[in-house]
Amino acid sequence: MTRSNLSQRKGGLAPKILIGITLLYLGLVLYIPAANVFFFAFRKGIGPFLSNLTEPDFIHAAWLTLLLALVSVPINTVFGLCAAWALTRNNNFPGRAFILSIIDLPFSISPVVAGLMIVLLYGRNGWFGQWLIDHNFRIVFAFPGMVIATAFISMPFVAREVIPVLEELGHDQEEAARTLGAKDWQIFWRVTLPNVRWGLLYGLLLTNARAMGEFGAVSVVSGNVAGKTQSLPLFVEEAYKQYQTEAAYSAAVILGLLALVTLVLKDILEKKTTIKEVE
Amino acid sequence: MAISSPPSSYRQANPRKAPNGKGLLSQLPKIHVTWVVTAVYLTLMLFVPIVAMFFKAATVPPSEFWKIATSPIALSAYDVTFTTSFLSALVNGVFGTLVAWVLVRYDFPLKRIVDASVDIPFALPTAVAGLTLSTVYSQNGWIGSLFAPFGIRISFTRLGVGVAMTLISLPFVVRTVQPVLQEMESEVEQAAWSLGASEFETFWRVILPPLFPAILTGVALGFARAVGEFGSTVIIASNTPFRDLIAPVLIFQRLEQYDYAGATVIGVVLLVISLVLLIGINLLQAWGRRYDQK
Repeated sequence: MTRSNLSQRKGGLAPKILIGITLLYLGLVLYIPAANVFFFAFRKGIGPFLSNLTEPDFIHAAWLTLLLALVSVPINTVFGLCAAWALTRNNNFPGRAFILSIIDLPFSISPVVAGLMIVLLYGRNGWFGQWLIDHNFRIVFAFPGMVIATAFISMPFVAREVIPVLEELGHDQEEAARTLGAKDWQIFWRVTLPNVRWGLLYGLLLTNARAMGEFGAVSVVSGNVAGKTQSLPLFVEEAYKQYQTEAAYSAAVILGLLALVTLVLKDILEKKTTIKEVE
Repeated sequence: MAISSPPSSYRQANPRKAPNGKGLLSQLPKIHVTWVVTAVYLTLMLFVPIVAMFFKAATVPPSEFWKIATSPIALSAYDVTFTTSFLSALVNGVFGTLVAWVLVRYDFPLKRIVDASVDIPFALPTAVAGLTLSTVYSQNGWIGSLFAPFGIRISFTRLGVGVAMTLISLPFVVRTVQPVLQEMESEVEQAAWSLGASEFETFWRVILPPLFPAILTGVALGFARAVGEFGSTVIIASNTPFRDLIAPVLIFQRLEQYDYAGATVIGVVLLVISLVLLIGINLLQAWGRRYDQK
């Protein structure tokens, strides 16, 4: 009886109505706004779109966003792998439970508050402010501050994706390698890393998407000077505020494509990890 | 430990007490490296900044602190932030559960794409979300123009802030409810139904109760995310005090005016609330798992 009867019962009007409401809701909140990004960017044809992308301020902003990701993603990857290793391979790590529970903290802190903390620490009146002035080194309103802000808000992703994989794997393969004479870094490169690669890539992908798209924390610490400390998301907002709607939307399309690529890769990686589970 | 010693030390009678100390020394420093990196990075990036902010707040005299934290403009900013976040999270509690239900139980064309698209708010930079929402929901926008004849303005009002918060907190409820729904055995539903329960009763008494912790967790996660949101909300709001100015924007404006004390006080209030929310969410998740051991 079960399946066929159930699906018969559900073959009525209710599923159609519920699917309809779902699509309407997602349409209003997601699909129409998403379509609007592309519509506005290409409204006047591909020519103006391309010429917007050759503006010096845009090129600088895109380059800066790329640089921010290039610096902060590797930092967070090293941290994430170290944290995951320390927390799963070492049960007497002091404060293990505490660190496990606070590793997600950067996600619950408002990006603006994160930026504020960086300004209070490295700004002119901050703890390290005087020292930085004496040594003629700028963090706030300069690239280093933007890197710190970006690294802060994208900190937990890698650790978060790798910890469960490491936990599930257990120590067996690593100990086998060790008894066979492998050194620690050999074990890491040849045993651990290949085993966690999909989880790690997934974490990297999310870190990168967040790093390139961050707005709040970066806008607090950057000072938002076009051509100097303006990343791509800041460029979008600034252009929109200056009524350069076309320029704003052209840059938004680039960030939208980044999101699209992220989602596609995410889907592929998710399939990779579930296939592994089935095996 | 004995197993994991390098083979060279097997030649020794007792590898642990190898005279050259290779067994222990070759491992301990390596373990220390990951430890040290984790501890130093967390300290520098997380603990020191948080402590610095509390110290900065402590330099403000308590009476002054209280005055800033409860000034009319701050109170109205909390009100806009929390009320709007809460309503957006509730909307997603209802519609997110519906989306999860439809994605798990029904088949329809392009279902895989719809499923993947739920994560758009995670991947899309918030500035882009704010930009396109403020256009679409403006009086001349595709959706805003449908409401304009009724005198309802969405962009540059509190309603717009709500729409932005709804967008960015959309995936949380769907993604927490989906796995629970997938695990749920349809036998229980069929039993309820064959015992004579109506569809409504089956839903209300059999399906909803086990979903409830997941829905609540999703709502709480979405709420916490919406409270801190800045990028999309600052663009779609007019940022007028007492109307649609949210707390994160108020902090930003205080900083722009070099009013560090004012920014810090409101920042501390917001930070403490986020910490309380985080603890609450952890408790909720523990409550949701309370039957797992059985």
